Amino acid sequence: MADHTGSKPVHQAEYERKQHREEMKQQVISFVMMILFTFVAFGMVMAGVDSFFVIPVLLLLAIVQVVFQLYYFMHMKNKGHDMPALMMYGGAAVALLTIITFTTIIWW
Amino acid sequence: MSHDDVLNPKQMPHDPEKATLEGKNKFLGFWFFLGGETVLFASLFGTYLALNGSTQGENTPENLFGLELVFIMTMLLLTSSLTSVYAMYHMKNHDFGKMQLWLVITVALGLAFLGFEIYEFYHYIHEYDFTFRSSAFGSAFYTLVGFHGGHVLFGLCWITALIIRNQKRGLNLYNAPKYYTASLYWHFIDVVWVFIFTVVYLMGKVG
Repeated sequence: MADHTGSKPVHQAEYERKQHREEMKQQVISFVMMILFTFVAFGMVMAGVDSFFVIPVLLLLAIVQVVFQLYYFMHMKNKGHDMPALMMYGGAAVALLTIITFTTIIWW
Repeated sequence: MSHDDVLNPKQMPHDPEKATLEGKNKFLGFWFFLGGETVLFASLFGTYLALNGSTQGENTPENLFGLELVFIMTMLLLTSSLTSVYAMYHMKNHDFGKMQLWLVITVALGLAFLGFEIYEFYHYIHEYDFTFRSSAFGSAFYTLVGFHGGHVLFGLCWITALIIRNQKRGLNLYNAPKYYTASLYWHFIDVVWVFIFTVVYLMGKVG
């Protein structure tokens, strides 16, 4: 008899819980990394590192931190995130063009 | 089996937020929206980068910004992002009570962030006489940071409404997608803030 409300086998539920714990561990690690990047970014500016060097590094740290946020916190690394990835990369591409356009219009 | 039974199964599926067609559509639709939000914020960042040199006097980014306050705000928002991850972790394990608790913590941290932001704006306006109309830099700054603050406020109202509305319902396949999209929105707010503290405050201090 097919029972739609019947319970999952115990080992299946246990396996899923273990998977969630594993994912949570990765998320806590990415949180620690993000805190670390934030400390480095603020530390460099407060220490007065040369601006020619510090600005590209700040932007790089921000991008890495956002990648952590998107792929781990927002689960983009998981299966079934092809359309979200398309949307975010599409959005990021237009965003980059927009920023380049706005800043170069003022320069020239 | 009635509609209510379908949405309240005795055994929750693996991904309750994507178990129904409506849930799947909400998930996709919300990511489409976030792609659009990326472009929206890019135009505000572009405007800010173009105009942040037009300061009309002493109120320059370097003179105005205090990094201590921004650092505290960054830590608050980053931690609130982690607490909403914990909420979704408990949702996947079908523990409704703990999910609600972590979301309450998320809202508390978000409120603290918003309080600091209001204090910051108040401080600029009253101590420095730096307003939306002071200069092109002022307009661009308040538009960009204020728009983000507006998103924080909206997210807080949204999550609070979910917590209160579903308090007696418990977790089911009807509200799981709602919680999931709200947590995605909250993470996206933190994504935008990462660029704000980098581009506006840190790069503003560097000059």
